[in-house]
Amino acid sequence: MDRVPLVDYLVLGDAEDEDPYLVAHECAGCGARYFDRRSACAGCSGQDFLDVKVSRTGTLRTFTIVSFAAKGVPVPFVAGVVDCDGTSVRGNIVNVEPDPGHVTLGMKVRLTTVPVGTDSAGTEAVGYGFEPAA
Amino acid sequence: MAENVWILGIHMTNFGKHKDKDTLDLGTEAVFGALKDAGVTMKDIGVIGAGNLFGGAGFGQQLQKQVGQTGIGVYNVTNACATGATALRVAVMAVKAGETDMGLAVGVEKLSGAGLLTGNASKDTSDTWTPEGRYGAVTGLDGRIGTETMPGVFAQIGMEYGHRYGGADFELFARISEKNHAHSTLNPKAAYQKKMSLEQIMNDVMIAYPNTRPMCSANCDGGAAAVVVSESKLRTLSLEQQKRAVKISASVLTTDPWQEACQVLPDVNTLTRQAAKTAYEQAGLGPDDLDLVELHDCFATAELVHYDNLGLCEEGGAADFFSSGAPWRDGRLPVNVSGGLQSKGHPIAATGIANIWEVAQHLRGEAGPRQIEGARAGLAHVIGLGSACGIHVLEKAA
Ligand SMILES: [Zn+2]
Repeated sequence: MDRVPLVDYLVLGDAEDEDPYLVAHECAGCGARYFDRRSACAGCSGQDFLDVKVSRTGTLRTFTIVSFAAKGVPVPFVAGVVDCDGTSVRGNIVNVEPDPGHVTLGMKVRLTTVPVGTDSAGTEAVGYGFEPAA
Repeated sequence: MAENVWILGIHMTNFGKHKDKDTLDLGTEAVFGALKDAGVTMKDIGVIGAGNLFGGAGFGQQLQKQVGQTGIGVYNVTNACATGATALRVAVMAVKAGETDMGLAVGVEKLSGAGLLTGNASKDTSDTWTPEGRYGAVTGLDGRIGTETMPGVFAQIGMEYGHRYGGADFELFARISEKNHAHSTLNPKAAYQKKMSLEQIMNDVMIAYPNTRPMCSANCDGGAAAVVVSESKLRTLSLEQQKRAVKISASVLTTDPWQEACQVLPDVNTLTRQAAKTAYEQAGLGPDDLDLVELHDCFATAELVHYDNLGLCEEGGAADFFSSGAPWRDGRLPVNVSGGLQSKGHPIAATGIANIWEVAQHLRGEAGPRQIEGARAGLAHVIGLGSACGIHVLEKAA
């Protein structure tokens, strides 16, 4: 079955022996990292970027447990920011009970993929999340 | 040097449900209230800053068509939750620049029953996965890659502070909300005027941990308007007008400077700290000189971080500052004696003028049962995600 990433900065790593990872656009001038398509750097206005692989592991910097969201968004889920060796990444914390007893600030997490759904052509979209690493 | 600018008149409507009033009715009530309070008419006004997010285009002109088409320039502004403060800045800057000696700022919102202000419920435009936008996303990201809901974003902002400095847990955030709901019982203009116990707040519907429903700003209808005047013009007006005028000792608007992670989770701290620093310099005052503060408690988790950002406590000391009782109305530095956004309500574009109305009431000694006795200086703060931060420091007429 064909697979596509939920976002273009997720590399699914379908090749054998390759784990999924995230790619950031790093400013050649100041090292600022971004995940969206860039016109220029917000830190230094430079326009040269290189793609860099982001660490697959990190620590949970902050989170919330969303119990109430727009129609069509399944709740509850844990949303957070993960510090991946100095690069902050937004993502859901998955494979964990969505309650404050099981999600703790500073916990070690690692990147994993999550299924998003299959379209009419039979292609599966795959997203990412972070799961407890310990 | 540019002239000092003063508030000559100011008004806020009742906040709450205004079933039979539309955006223009509320705008009219706010404008005529402010003009009457100032003792002037539309003919005296030389510029208008007009703020509204949800009422359609050309709000300022639509409002002029109700209150007086005098031909003066209108600046329609939007800056998320800082829209009202931005409208006021427009009037203040025009007066400071000497283009006119009197300006009007107005902000209005009809928001009752608006529900959760969130991200966009995702609409897929194709039945096959097609990458779109700057993330090449094949479908909506809200709920799949973090949250776009405001309660969720600000929950993370408060939790991050708690993680960095400790001492902030669910109960502490709920106690902040308990304070604001208690304060609102003395404010007849507040959308909600009901005291809530800590247990009630913690056991209410969870929206985005640790923010339960009463810990979120209350969507409601409301308007606020202010007339500002140059100091030289003020000195030609009656003694009564001069006595009730409130000095704008600082008027500042900032946006968020780039920081690592600021495009991952909005950084509401750095721009507020910079705005506060500039505001204290402009005013020649420090946090210790303030008698009251109205800050942007869009969520209980937000109020905590702004104690620190506004310098009301030492760095990292926001939890201790709250626990000391300081921000209660009988404490060392009362914060949100109006009830704040959680209880007074948050009609978005009105908020950045309504908080100035609140401070002005106290400085004039006209705040009734909730008067902070002897108040001489106060600070009003708003922040709109995106981000924009507006801070005004106000002082009583000498
Ligand atoms: Zn750069």
